[in-house]
Amino acid sequence: MIDQFPALIIVAPLLGAFLTPIIGWRYRQLCRPWALMILAIPLYAAGGALLQVIRSGPFGYNLGGWAPPWGIEYRIDHLSGLMLVLIAAIGLLAAINAKPGVSMDLKGKEPHFYTLLLLQITGLMGIVITGDLFNIFVFLEISSLSGYGLIAHGEDGAPMATFNYIIIGTIGASFYLLGVGYLYMATGSLNIADLAAILPNLYHSKMILVGFAFFTTGVAIKMGLFPLHVWMPDAYTTAPGPVSTLIAPLMTKVAAYIMIRIMFTLFQPDFSISVVPVATILGWMAVVAIIVGGIKALAQTDIKRMVTYIMIAEVGYIVMGVSVMNRPGLTGAILHIVNDACMIFGLFLIIGAISYKGHGREIYHFQNLNKKMPFTMAAFVIVALSMCGIPPACGFFSKWYLIMGTIVAKQWVFSITLLCSSLVNAVLFFRIIEKAYLAPLGGGAHGHDDDHEEEVIVRDEAPASMLIPILITAAIIIILGPLSGKIIAAVIQHAVPAAF
Amino acid sequence: MLEYILAKYNFWIYVVLMMIGLYAMMGKRNLVKKLIGMNIFQTSIILFFVSIGVKKGGATVPIIMGHGHGHGQHLIKVADYLNPLPHVLMLTAIVVSIATTGVALATLILIYKRYHTLEEDEILAIRKDPSSYKTLG
Repeated sequence: MIDQFPALIIVAPLLGAFLTPIIGWRYRQLCRPWALMILAIPLYAAGGALLQVIRSGPFGYNLGGWAPPWGIEYRIDHLSGLMLVLIAAIGLLAAINAKPGVSMDLKGKEPHFYTLLLLQITGLMGIVITGDLFNIFVFLEISSLSGYGLIAHGEDGAPMATFNYIIIGTIGASFYLLGVGYLYMATGSLNIADLAAILPNLYHSKMILVGFAFFTTGVAIKMGLFPLHVWMPDAYTTAPGPVSTLIAPLMTKVAAYIMIRIMFTLFQPDFSISVVPVATILGWMAVVAIIVGGIKALAQTDIKRMVTYIMIAEVGYIVMGVSVMNRPGLTGAILHIVNDACMIFGLFLIIGAISYKGHGREIYHFQNLNKKMPFTMAAFVIVALSMCGIPPACGFFSKWYLIMGTIVAKQWVFSITLLCSSLVNAVLFFRIIEKAYLAPLGGGAHGHDDDHEEEVIVRDEAPASMLIPILITAAIIIILGPLSGKIIAAVIQHAVPAAF
Repeated sequence: MLEYILAKYNFWIYVVLMMIGLYAMMGKRNLVKKLIGMNIFQTSIILFFVSIGVKKGGATVPIIMGHGHGHGQHLIKVADYLNPLPHVLMLTAIVVSIATTGVALATLILIYKRYHTLEEDEILAIRKDPSSYKTLG
C-alpha cells in the first residue's frame, strides 16, 4: 500500500475532481462531504510518505512502470514530503472552512467550487511531487487554470483582475516552458535527477544560461516577486473569501518551492553564485520587495488588500533566505514557507469569517470586534504576534534563521531590512488590534458619544465550520514554534544541500 | 548577417513571433487583442519546440521496421529518426494553451456583461467613476 502512496496523492484528488460535477448535478449538498473525503486521502498518503522519507530516506515512484530518465518519476524527498503535508492540510482545512463562505459568495455554484478546489490541490501537489521538469509545467498550469476559474467568481473587479492574472500568469508559465526547452536542447533529458547529473559539465553553455534565466523569471512571476507582482493584490483581494483562503497561502509558496528546486537540486548551488550572480540579484530584489510590500501595506485601509501586500514582503523573505546561499538562510527560507503559509492562511480565514458576519474589511470596521467575535479576534492576535515575530509563535523562529543567514553572509543591509520589516508588521497589526480591543465603546473616532447611540454589543461569533479551522490554524501556529527545532532536525536539514 | 540569420532561422521566427505577442499583450488596450497576443506568444513557443526536434538529411518518423524479428536486425542509427518527444510535449502544451484561451474568453464574457465594453481604458474609467457607465452603455 505504501508503495502506491505517491500515485494516490495525485490520482485521488484528480479523479475526485472529475466525479464532483456528476455528484453535484443531482445532490448539490453532497459535494462538500465528498470533497472532504477525497481530500483526506492525500493528507493521509502525504503524511505516510513524509514518515517514510524520515525513516528511510527519499524514494521514487515510476509512473506506469517506466524507468526514470524516460518515464515520469514521482520523487518524494524531505522537502517535497514537507510541502505535500502542508498543501494537503491547508487544502482540507480550507474545504472545511468553505461552507458558509461558498453559501454566501458562490450560492448555487457548490459543484464548480469543489471541483476547482480539488483540481487546484491536484496541481499544487503535482508540482511538488513530480521529478520531471515538463510535468511541473503541466501541473503549474492545472493549478493556475483552476485558480483563474475560482478568482473570476469574485466581487466587482474580479473578472478584470482575473484577466490580468491570466495574461501575466501565462507569460510566467511560458517562460518556464522555454527554460525547459533550452535545457532539453542541451541535454536531451527532462528528469530532474538525470539533469542534475548531466548539467555540471555544461554550466558555461549559453543554452543553459538562457534556460536558467527563463526559469527564474517565469517562477518569479508565479511567485509574485516584487517587480513582477502586479497581478497579485487585485487577484487575491477581489477573489471570493473561500477562494483567496485556498489559493493565496499556497500558490506563492509552491512557486518558491520550484525556485528552491531549480537553484539547489537541478543546478548545483555553486551555479547561482559563481557562474551567474543570480543569488546577489535575487537578494537585492528581495530587499526591494520587502520594503515596497511593507510601505504599500501601510498605505492600505482594506485589510484583505493589506494582507496581499504583506504577502509580497513575505515572498521577499523567502527569496532573501534563498539568496544568501548558506545553511541557516536556506533553513529559514524553507521553514518560512511552512510558517508563512500557515500565517497567511490564518489571516485569510479570519478575514473570511469577519466578512461572512457582515463586517466590512476596512480597519475602522474592527472597532470593538473582540466583543462580537472573541475567539476569531483571539486567533487574529496570535497570527499577528507570529507575523511580528514574537517568540512562542512560529514566525519568530523562521525570521531568526533568516536573520542568522544574512549575518553569516555578512549582508548587513539584508539583516536591517528584515528587522525593519518586523517592525512594520508590528505597526500594521497593532493598529488593528488597538481598534478591536482598546477603542472606547460606541463612540470611537467621534470621541463624545450620544447616549442613544450606545448600542448593546451582542456576541455574534462565526459559525463552527469557520471557527474550527481558525482555531486549529492558530494552534498550529503556536505549536510549530517550539516544534521548529524538531522539524529542522527531522526534515529541513536534509533538504539543505550538503555543500553548505 | 543574412547568413547568420538564415543559419538559425527557426530561432529568429520564434523570437519575432514572441516579441509580437509580448507587444500585443502589453501595448494593446483592447482585451481581445491582448488575448490574441497571448495566443501568438504561446504558439511561438510551440513552434520553437517543434523545430528543435527536426533533423536534416533524410531523417524520418521513428517507426523502427523489422525490429523484434530475431534475424535481419540491423543497428539503429539515431540520425535516421526524428526526435518525437518535443512534438509530444507540445501536444500537451497545445491543450494547455487551448484551456487557457477558453478560460480567458469566458472571463472576457464576464467582463463584457459587467461593463459592456472590452476596452481597458473605458473599463478603468467605469471602475473609477461608476456614473460614466451610463453614458457609455
